[in-house]
Amino acid sequence: MSHASTSSSTGSFNRALLFFLIGTLLGLGLGIGLHAAVSGGFNATYLKDIPSWMLGLLVGTLGFFYGLLGYYGIVRGLVFQVIGTLAGILLVTAIRAAMGLPFFDPAKFGFHEGAWVFGALVGAVSFLAGVGALTDWWKWAKGESTPDHHEDVPGWRKYFGVSLDHKVIGIQYTVTSLLLLSVGGLFALLFRVELAESGLQFLTVLTPDQTAALNLYNSLMSLHGIVMIISILLGIAGVINYLVPLLIGAADMAFPRLNAFSFWVAVPAAVILLGSLGLGGFDTGWTGYAPLATRAPIGIQMFYLGVWVAGWSSILGALNLIATVLRMRARGMTAFRMPILVWASVATSIISLTATQLIGLSFQMSMFERLFGMPFFNVAKGGNPILFQHLFWFYSHPAVYVFVLPGLGVISELLPVFARKPLFGYRWVALSSIGIALVGFLVWAHHMFTSGMNEYLRVPFMYSTLLVAVPTGVKFFSWVATLWKGKIEAPTPMLFVLGGIVVFLLGGLSGPPNATVSTDLHLHDTYFIVGHFHSTMFGGYVFPFFAAIYYWFPKATGKRLDETLGKWHFWLMTPAFFVLTLFMMRVGLLGMRRRIADYDPMLGFDPWHLAMTIAAFLIALSVLVFFYNMVKTLRSPVTETGNVWNSRSPEWQVPSPMPAHNYEKEFEVVGEPYDYGLPGSVYVKM
Amino acid sequence: MQNVRHFVILAVLIAVVSVLTYLGLDALELMPVAAAAQAAPIDWLMDLQVKLIAFFFALIVVPLVYSLVVFRRKPGEAGDGEHIEGSTSLEVTWTFIPLVIVVVLGYIGADNLAQVKRVDPQAVEIKVVGYQWGWRFEYPEGFVSNTLYLPVNKQAVLKMESSDVLHSFWVPEFRVKHDLVPGRVEIYRITPTLIGDYKVRCAEICGASHAYMESPIKVISQEEYTAWVNEQAAIAAAEAAAALANPDPKRGEKLYNEAGCKACHSIDGSKGVGPTWKGLWGSQVPLADGTTVLADEAYITESIRNPSAKVHQGFSPNAMPSFAYLKDGQIADLIEFIKTLK
Repeated sequence: MSHASTSSSTGSFNRALLFFLIGTLLGLGLGIGLHAAVSGGFNATYLKDIPSWMLGLLVGTLGFFYGLLGYYGIVRGLVFQVIGTLAGILLVTAIRAAMGLPFFDPAKFGFHEGAWVFGALVGAVSFLAGVGALTDWWKWAKGESTPDHHEDVPGWRKYFGVSLDHKVIGIQYTVTSLLLLSVGGLFALLFRVELAESGLQFLTVLTPDQTAALNLYNSLMSLHGIVMIISILLGIAGVINYLVPLLIGAADMAFPRLNAFSFWVAVPAAVILLGSLGLGGFDTGWTGYAPLATRAPIGIQMFYLGVWVAGWSSILGALNLIATVLRMRARGMTAFRMPILVWASVATSIISLTATQLIGLSFQMSMFERLFGMPFFNVAKGGNPILFQHLFWFYSHPAVYVFVLPGLGVISELLPVFARKPLFGYRWVALSSIGIALVGFLVWAHHMFTSGMNEYLRVPFMYSTLLVAVPTGVKFFSWVATLWKGKIEAPTPMLFVLGGIVVFLLGGLSGPPNATVSTDLHLHDTYFIVGHFHSTMFGGYVFPFFAAIYYWFPKATGKRLDETLGKWHFWLMTPAFFVLTLFMMRVGLLGMRRRIADYDPMLGFDPWHLAMTIAAFLIALSVLVFFYNMVKTLRSPVTETGNVWNSRSPEWQVPSPMPAHNYEKEFEVVGEPYDYGLPGSVYVKM
Repeated sequence: MQNVRHFVILAVLIAVVSVLTYLGLDALELMPVAAAAQAAPIDWLMDLQVKLIAFFFALIVVPLVYSLVVFRRKPGEAGDGEHIEGSTSLEVTWTFIPLVIVVVLGYIGADNLAQVKRVDPQAVEIKVVGYQWGWRFEYPEGFVSNTLYLPVNKQAVLKMESSDVLHSFWVPEFRVKHDLVPGRVEIYRITPTLIGDYKVRCAEICGASHAYMESPIKVISQEEYTAWVNEQAAIAAAEAAAALANPDPKRGEKLYNEAGCKACHSIDGSKGVGPTWKGLWGSQVPLADGTTVLADEAYITESIRNPSAKVHQGFSPNAMPSFAYLKDGQIADLIEFIKTLK
């Protein structure tokens, strides 16, 4: 980046911040003004209106991007989304009025629930039209032709509009994922402050009364779950999108327009999802179990719709990835010569492609139960609330393998590079990913051991669940054997790989007690599960995700992240995470239920919770160090364009950053991917 | 030779770390006090799991740390590690042995579950109703309690129902938990073995006050239990008779506090999940359909028995469970109490 463009981007960044402030104040003022107008007078508690603050943040965000970019890309998308949402709301309202149905509902922020849902859906489609993700298809439908490749706008602006380049899309995914990670993390920090001490003392400050504080706690807790899940889905999509075409020697993904669509559809989904906080939130946890969900505020509809829309991103992205791997591999890249991360990506995509529909379906049924009175889960009218749980977990259990398989792939991919040894038992590691993915489809009901499902079915689900330990064990043993007799180096990416292994081990080992039915009767719905789950997510996703960013950052940018700051990041985050997760398991065993805003002081959990809250803040601090590292590195003039890690992988055989259409000439695979220590061998011939 | 030395050191370290990890975890006293017969097999299996955890933790972490120390790149050292691609016999071994462990653990787990589920045909039967946000225990002798009294060393079979959303009955000292599903009777069997005070806490998120959905449990001797049941049954019969003849706001207030009204209806005018009771008697209540209704005996009785019949404006329907189980006399007491809330 030249000096001139640096200073101009600094200028537009300052303008963006100013517009953000002005926008936030405008939106907030509008919200509070509306509230005062409807209630016929102003009251100081209106300053605590969460809907008004959310409106402020929406307008502020729009202002931020407008200040940065002008009327371009994501700004057009967001403007279209707002207009589309309003148009949809007004259309339904007008139809209801014309039919003589009630159309004004003060308990539901002015409009009928159906108007809000339809409006949000129209808003999502409008966003896609506005941002330009549908433009080429629209032109084709009209019989016009478009160029096969669109040239990207130069510089950083291309990241804020539709690009068909998988590397740009990969970075768009990754940055969006990091943003949502910060939002989800912020939610967690807010409720962790509340939990630091028994009693209610923090959220009551932000809300007018105790019921509102409890509802806010439940909304934050529920949103923390689902925002993190979407963040993880986008994060793995980022890693997969950026890397898989490079690893297999393809110029791009099989369907570049579908690829762009898959990313951009996630953006309005995230807006809708966060919008739920502005419409009363929801108190069901991210599981959204009926019948509590049928009684929740309309925020739950935005939660359902947000997940439903984001589901398209997962399904279509997975379809694209499988097609790409099946059809576009370089010459000589047979199945067992594919990089291990490609195997993991395929395994994860098989699940995303075929299971995501089920969470969409379960949420859609619940949505329709509320909107149209279809009593799928209402016992009084012949429905069954347990049915929801089966449909929900049929996706949502395999989904955790969607989250961890790519991370485990990153671990397997990087270990040989830093141990300078072949990946031990490559075929076994590759097939274990597929094994986990397939067995993962048969275990869902282990989330329902206490639910009142059929008693005898619990035993087969216990067996299938325990079975997952076998392919997972193969990975651990193979990783340890890979390190054995290596020449191990531990720069920052390797630290995160090693941390990931140990943390994931903790998650894995705390799994079987939840699998055996009788012990799960005690552990289910406690903090033990929360600790177990956070260990699997940190070990299987967060640590490997950071490892991947540290490792491939030079490939993407031509600059290497600062090692000292990277080590600070690691050594702050890792011990803090151990405190967090182990203490969670500790209090869970002793009787701490999950999803509670307050706990009995007689249980003596106060000091443990205080420690967990401090640990959570240390993790947040470590992530701030990481963000600072990225900004500092991007602004630094020092470049690293070579094979930074001395890897055999094809993407490191060409200079960084990667040129627009990847490899100038197709390469040929002539050896094994991980033959470190075999003199004279190479993986690819460029 | 060097390999043999490595493996001997590793084996010793793995054994030491396994044992130390297990002893350390055991010394922490991972589980709360066990107060039910069902806790014994569960704690036994949990202990077995902790042993497995300690062993497998050592089995992975010891060689990992050992490799990081012994096989790290020394200063000035160049080149790669040894070219070892894998070993099919090792892979088969560490697939097969865990598979055997899994199958055996599954068998143990199934057997363990059977022990936990053991049925005593002579069990004491009590009806449990969970609602947003409280518990109610209905005894077959014809009275209702907010505290669950259980006789020690005797199996109790709880027939659990929910009047609104999912709840989950959990007493950490009893270990076992089970969900309450609207429209169903869920069976929960427990045999308390330790006299003392405990709490049932709802373990399935059920809305705003989920955290506070707790009720006391008292495990008492069989003699005390019989005496308590007889006393409660007598009080209930006497109260029902007295209330019909002569409603009393004091008994109404007690009911307000104990039956769960308090969770949603304030008596000081503040807004809760439901409308306040202050000034309710004799007022014109605005309804969701725009009409109003006089708050008299008929309206209040109907709202207690069938809460969704007339919904107060600004409050959601279906928010309140039916309290149809209340006897006429009890409702009369409640109305007397409401009359005092000017």
